[in-house]
Amino acid sequence: MMEFEPIIGVEVHCQLKTESKLFCSCPVEYGAPPNSLVCPVCLGLPGVLPVLNNRAVELAIRLGLATNCSITEYSRFARKHYFYPDLPKGYQITQYQEPLAHSGYLIVNGEKIRIKRIILEEDSGKSMHCGNETLIDFNRCGIPLIEIVTEPDIRSPRQAVEYLRHLRLILQYLEVSDADMEKGHFRCEPNISVRRKGASIGTRTELKNLNSLRNVRDALEYEIKRQSEILSKGGEVRQETLYWDETKMVTGPMRSKEESEDYRYFPEPDLPPLLITQEEIARIKKELPILPEKRKQYFIQKLGLKPADAEILISEKSLADYYEECLKHIPDMPQPLANWIITEIFGILNEKKITINELGIKPPSIAKLLSMVRNGEITGKVAKEVFTVMVKTKDEPDKIVAELGVGIVDDENLLNSIVDEVLKTNLEVVEKYKRGKTTVISFLVGEVMKKTKGKFLPQKVNKIILQKLQG
Amino acid sequence: MTRELCDLSIIELRNLLEKRKVSFSDITNSVVKRINEKEKTINGYISLFIEQAQELAQKLDKEVKDFNNLSILCGIPIAIKDNILVKDALITCASKILSNFIAPYDATVIRRLKENGAIIIGKTNLDEFAMGSSSEMSFYGAVSNPHNPELVAGGSSGGSAAVVAYGGAICALGSDTGGSVRQPASFCGVVGLKPTYGRVSRFGLVAFASSLDQIGQIARTVKDCAILLSVVGGWDSADSTSVKLPEAADWWIKAIESDINDIKIGIPKEYFVSGLDPDVGKAVTNMIKAITPHCKEVKEVSLPHTQYAISAYYLINMAEASSNLARYDAVKYGYRAKDCKTLRELYEKSRGEGFGEEVKRRIILGAYALSKGYYEEYYGTAQKVRTLIRNDFDNVFKEVSVLITPTSPTCAFRKGEKITDPLKMYLSDIYTVPASLAGLPAISIPCKDRVQGLPVGLQIIGKPFDEKTVLRVAAWLERL
Repeated sequence: MMEFEPIIGVEVHCQLKTESKLFCSCPVEYGAPPNSLVCPVCLGLPGVLPVLNNRAVELAIRLGLATNCSITEYSRFARKHYFYPDLPKGYQITQYQEPLAHSGYLIVNGEKIRIKRIILEEDSGKSMHCGNETLIDFNRCGIPLIEIVTEPDIRSPRQAVEYLRHLRLILQYLEVSDADMEKGHFRCEPNISVRRKGASIGTRTELKNLNSLRNVRDALEYEIKRQSEILSKGGEVRQETLYWDETKMVTGPMRSKEESEDYRYFPEPDLPPLLITQEEIARIKKELPILPEKRKQYFIQKLGLKPADAEILISEKSLADYYEECLKHIPDMPQPLANWIITEIFGILNEKKITINELGIKPPSIAKLLSMVRNGEITGKVAKEVFTVMVKTKDEPDKIVAELGVGIVDDENLLNSIVDEVLKTNLEVVEKYKRGKTTVISFLVGEVMKKTKGKFLPQKVNKIILQKLQG
Repeated sequence: MTRELCDLSIIELRNLLEKRKVSFSDITNSVVKRINEKEKTINGYISLFIEQAQELAQKLDKEVKDFNNLSILCGIPIAIKDNILVKDALITCASKILSNFIAPYDATVIRRLKENGAIIIGKTNLDEFAMGSSSEMSFYGAVSNPHNPELVAGGSSGGSAAVVAYGGAICALGSDTGGSVRQPASFCGVVGLKPTYGRVSRFGLVAFASSLDQIGQIARTVKDCAILLSVVGGWDSADSTSVKLPEAADWWIKAIESDINDIKIGIPKEYFVSGLDPDVGKAVTNMIKAITPHCKEVKEVSLPHTQYAISAYYLINMAEASSNLARYDAVKYGYRAKDCKTLRELYEKSRGEGFGEEVKRRIILGAYALSKGYYEEYYGTAQKVRTLIRNDFDNVFKEVSVLITPTSPTCAFRKGEKITDPLKMYLSDIYTVPASLAGLPAISIPCKDRVQGLPVGLQIIGKPFDEKTVLRVAAWLERL
């Protein structure tokens, strides 16, 4: 088979993190009862008019600036018409010829991926088909979305996924969106064509219904194979919208919303043109939060973290925020803190499938726990036990240590008597030591630690045993 | 015919109320009595709220002790065109497709009227979705002209104009997209004001052509129109196209009484050409003659792109209408055709049966004008023409303060006369459409002369947001 090269572009629809909808004051919430977050405006009842949510505009500009776009000082909204029951006005308010931001780029693993445009638009309602009936929930209707469209600069499914991961991270860092794919905050619609190396760009297909990055990769890989086979047999790829069937691992033609794709766009007469001043752009630029790449460099260069650890910490904004919040209390322990978060906390989060903020343990508590280890108040082993209790009870570490009675005790008499007891009951081990097998000391230390439930510092136990054996 | 309470102006009624010569109930009852006498022939109302109106009037009789801080509209019976939402009342737009729809909220103008204690007496008839110039294209039957029931009342606010003319309300709200307040006012012999686009909130006005629609005021005197505008007008956070203006709301009323010797009047020559009924022309010219010695200057001016206004207007109007009416899809509310098997069938049958001929014509033509490959040629060109027409007005308003023209080329015509010929019907808007395209304030007032006993309308067009001057000149002419 001949070598085919894929040409990929990606369109992402991303839900903005606003309190209220794009054109009315209905709250934006996930999981509310159907049709409980609606009003005449988002239901498109007769006589209503849209009023633009300025917060949404600001968030969209933020992303525009972070992706090196030009911000359009004079942009317009447009109506996009199609009939579908979950589109109550018969048109969607979106942007068409005058997008809010355009001509930007992102650098992903050293490769430049150009951003064609970023537009602001309203979401539709949600149709649920049950048997013969279709039910519609309009809660989602009017929620602000941004559409981020790349140029066809992507050359592999892996690169597409890397771009999406990077974009998602930026959206989270900018606090523009939670970009939670499971909640439908971040919907990816790649388009793909293949060509023989050096040939002109072929006919593309658009892919929908991809609710995970893994699906994006699988669907693109499938399309490369499918299109290459068609072309190598001398056939032609049809331009169409396909959906991804996750269980069968194949693409199939989408049930079309409208027979012809003529959306009859025209400028939205109910909204004045959107004017954005240079001063506003400058202000938003100044207030841009630190981006993931920059943060990673900070972690490596200023805090001296291992690059692999820094990479993990920045992979979720909430995680990196949490790390830095903890670090404020124990600024001398950047690497031990990183280790702790990556090994202990990360494990729990994965196990419980929750975010760090849902864990319910405040950064000062983690800092306190680690500082207790540093100060010799508890052992590292005990710290792990204490942490397990913290996850359950949300109590402060010092309280738990006191309750469990696992704090390190500096009572030499007590320690001496316990050591004596251990030596007495392990006479054959003591003999071994005396015959020169000095490594058995660790067994003895372990026995003492067991008996004392880690209350004494292991170094101290070691020292006392040595004294007794040699004395 | 002796004048009854229902024939008086807002100001006259307020005087009587304050002198305790009449009660609020007397006024409402007089209007109700007139409605009962006339409504059968005129058909100006779609819904009437007589009981609620009388209850409210009785309540005011009991509660109002002091007139000092009472709105001048308090207790005044007002009619509302049935394309403006009044909470808990039917809002039909004279269409079968909305014949069962109850408004879930008050339009901003209605909220303001209610806050001022106005009594909403009923919802008036119109051309379906305000698309028409005769009020014949209503699911609820045609409106008759109170001066001669064989004639049309004009449209689309024909119901509002007719009921004000016959005393079935003291004043009324209509909507004006291309002349729908001014032309029926001229046919029925009342005053009809279309404010500047952005002066009055459109929130709660069922959208027809959003870039042109404006809620207008209909009354029997210029001052009453001004009073009504002062109450319903003003910036509204719910309408992004409404405009914040610095003046206080009551500046009109005083200004109306002043002289006009500082006013320069322009007479656009393109409005006095063939197509204009010579008698109508004469009635308007006589008014101009009468005002000439009293103002600073009267001069002929030119608005060279006037001839393209009708084409551009109807293109924009239909394009926007096709979009605004897309929401009537039988999914959530409104008329739904029976026994539809598929979604497509539901749309096609419900919309096919629910909309009338003129509405369907405009939806089809409008959708065509917006379609791929035709957009630039039609909608794009129409927008360019709109800019040229606006520029024409900007230019003449450097020289004059207002323009005077006829409101319509003819007096009220016979029912059925133009209904089969849409182009002929569209031409009756020829003098009102340019001000709509430019978003300018314009008023129609009756001329002193009548033509074969029928009223003739004179139109005054002003600069953007200069309703004050328009009303001043109108009030001066009214005093002739």
